[in-house]
Amino acid sequence: MTKQDSKISSPPTNPFVIDINGLWKSFGKDNEVLKGVNLQVKTGETVVMFGRSGSGKSITIKCLVALLPADKGSIKVFNTDITHLEEAQLNKLRLRIGFLFQNSALYDSMSVRQNLEFPLRRHSKDLTNAEVEIEVCEALESVGLLEAINKMPSELSGGMRKRVGLARTLILKPEIILYDEPTTGLDPITSKEISELILSVQQKYKTTSLIITHDIACAKRTSDRIVMLRDGVIYLEGTYVELIQSKDEWVHSFLQ
Amino acid sequence: MNGYLKDVFTNTGIVFLFAGRFFKQVVKKPIEFNEFAKQCYLLGYKALPLVGITAFIMGLVLTLQSRPTMVKFGAEAWLPGMVALSLIKEVAPIITALICAGKISSGIGAELGSMKVTEQIDAMEVSAINPFKYLVVTRILATTLMVPLLVVFADCIGIFGGYVGMNIHSDINLYRYINKILESLVFLDIIPATIKTFFFGFFIGMIGCYKGFTASSGTESVGRAANSAVVAASLTIFIIDMIAVQLTDILF
Repeated sequence: MTKQDSKISSPPTNPFVIDINGLWKSFGKDNEVLKGVNLQVKTGETVVMFGRSGSGKSITIKCLVALLPADKGSIKVFNTDITHLEEAQLNKLRLRIGFLFQNSALYDSMSVRQNLEFPLRRHSKDLTNAEVEIEVCEALESVGLLEAINKMPSELSGGMRKRVGLARTLILKPEIILYDEPTTGLDPITSKEISELILSVQQKYKTTSLIITHDIACAKRTSDRIVMLRDGVIYLEGTYVELIQSKDEWVHSFLQ
Repeated sequence: MNGYLKDVFTNTGIVFLFAGRFFKQVVKKPIEFNEFAKQCYLLGYKALPLVGITAFIMGLVLTLQSRPTMVKFGAEAWLPGMVALSLIKEVAPIITALICAGKISSGIGAELGSMKVTEQIDAMEVSAINPFKYLVVTRILATTLMVPLLVVFADCIGIFGGYVGMNIHSDINLYRYINKILESLVFLDIIPATIKTFFFGFFIGMIGCYKGFTASSGTESVGRAANSAVVAASLTIFIIDMIAVQLTDILF
């Protein structure tokens, strides 16, 4: 193991794979979105983040993969503070984190197969064509969409796009998966299917998950713990049952 | 006025930083050769018919328009040389570059803009692929190489258009026509005119990429990126042309 590798692997003693402390992020002078977010996620845990639209949920996970720079605070992933990493080290870390975008972000100019092959061929150069094919089929099978392998993204429905997006994330075998509103814009039945898919992925790949959603049914089905973001800080956290029994008016109105 | 000037200088600064980032990334590994070849095909080969038709018409029209004046001065024999010289030195490079600004620069602006808006560029970044290297560097290199080739192609087709134009009123065979052109052409006419087309190509690609890559979120910004790419690229082409002609004038 090289010195660089050892720097980004998590020591077994630290239970948190994601450890955010005092995260601040603003856009312009008067638009402070995050005002000291603290969030810890344990290995293998599924945490759902609730919050109103514009409360900074997506910003939080974008800061987590350094798509957006944090203004203040520390963001430790696998016990490495990503706010001060160089590009090469950051990229090594990013390979261990999967990100499912709100609109799936499939590459329009590529077929489903090419979408999946694209990251794999770049990061696993020693794989033969046959091995790449096996990996692609396996990832698509995990999301139940092997028949769409030769389709273009424009031919897929919203639910199918989410599944392909998830398959593209899974192909690099990430240890953490961040879901940005995985069920938004889908009908209740497809939403349920996606929630179940998240659960089955969680069981099959043993990933740690952070899910951002407004979908209470999805949160109920998938979460070990729910955190609620309000006014730029974590307002409340607990299991689904604890939150549903909460006397807090805001939480109550949100869950209703 | 102050605000406007500030905007102009800020934007110019950002474009230069973007260009600097290109030169830094272009030498870094891995070389995205497949994507570069694909872009050469899409940006260069696909523009051939448009450039060809325009160049043919320019050659034909230039010959027909100049003919009466040349005849008046009894200089009809110089017509092929004059047309070829105008085409090679100015008309073909400028017309080809403007067509490329309209077709390629706006295309790149819209493509990268929509990729940015639909988070495809972010998706590349989180899967540890350098989107600048994969999308921007390959496109700028492709336009830098393809625009000069398109200009050479336009030169040839334009000269052939001139030949057709000559034959409408007089009878001159192709061999004699080419001979007349070669008599009046020297290498120094061709080289500076070709060198400037590399700059045209570079800026066409760079402005398209810059506008697309820096598009803000929202579908409206995609249209804005495409539109402003054409305007900025066209204006830049004229400015580079002016500088190039001045430099050629001083040096040769």
